Amino acid sequence: MVKPHIVGAHYGLRDWLGQRVTAVLMALYTVIFAFNALMLPEMSYEAWSGMFGGGFMQFATFLFFMSLFYHAWVGVRDIFMDYIKPVGVRLALHVIVLFLLIGYAGWVARILWRL
Amino acid sequence: MSTKRTVQFKIYRYDPDRDDKPYMQDISVDLEPSDKKLLDALVRLKVKDDSTSFRRSCREGVCGSDAMNINGKNGLACLTEVDDLKQPIVLRPLPGLPVIRDLIVDMTQFFKQYHSIKPYLVNNDPAPERERLQSPEDREELNGLYECILCACCSTSCPSFWWNPDKFVGPAGLLAAYRFIADTRDQEASERLDNLEDPYRLFRCHTIMNCVDVCPKSLNPTRAIGKIKDMMVRRAV
Repeated sequence: MVKPHIVGAHYGLRDWLGQRVTAVLMALYTVIFAFNALMLPEMSYEAWSGMFGGGFMQFATFLFFMSLFYHAWVGVRDIFMDYIKPVGVRLALHVIVLFLLIGYAGWVARILWRL
Repeated sequence: MSTKRTVQFKIYRYDPDRDDKPYMQDISVDLEPSDKKLLDALVRLKVKDDSTSFRRSCREGVCGSDAMNINGKNGLACLTEVDDLKQPIVLRPLPGLPVIRDLIVDMTQFFKQYHSIKPYLVNNDPAPERERLQSPEDREELNGLYECILCACCSTSCPSFWWNPDKFVGPAGLLAAYRFIADTRDQEASERLDNLEDPYRLFRCHTIMNCVDVCPKSLNPTRAIGKIKDMMVRRAV
């Protein structure tokens, strides 16, 4: 079989840029989270859930998890691209990870807006 | 004047016609006072055991033939001071490429990637009577890019190239790609960026900078790769 040298999948930039932007966002959130956690008057369930109950923290925490999932998607996909050579297996793993992350995103939303 | 000295070698040996598998050979060589570089020692060694195979040509860091893995780090034998090396000097072929024999590797994949970036000027305007001129500022941009001798020290020290030599262009190829993207006389910068916008070809680089660490010409492929990414962002955002 002839194997032509095919180049240019025409994606990669968005994911690479996205991974960097989400990294910055997660770093910022970590600072906000640490500050808020240290400012808690006491370490109780009420104080802890109250910290995430405010509109801003809900928004920021949701954004953090979305960033985490996108970041993880690109990272895990990169690892599969390096180590999993059979294309069928790789595609299956991509789909499993993608669905898992989408599921986690729904789970996060449910937890956050239940508070 | 330095006196006669002996160096100990541990050399990767493999002759596919005779050996079942590669092995490491211990051998020592007496050097003459005039022997300064690792290549000088290797030439002495070749006299002692002429079955040892390695590439060499210009012996002054211009041709890039004698790239090898020296005490775990890729480099050119002709530019490496033999007295600076810890003994026994462990020599292996460049990692990740198929071994033809002993320290000689098959560089086909490496050059395939180099050719894939079209390493030549593309300019469809009628050729001027004399040369195509550049301003000194424009020419300045090519410094640190054109000096690459294609020894493959960088690409063969890059894990991304080890895992995907057929898909990732590698630091040497990407440095060359930027050399032509940055050339004001070239008219195909956009097509060149298109050619690289790919999760494998360019974005396998995770900036670990092994390439910068080993380059015998002190070039910086990571910076060139960063500039390509920068141009892609500017074009897309």
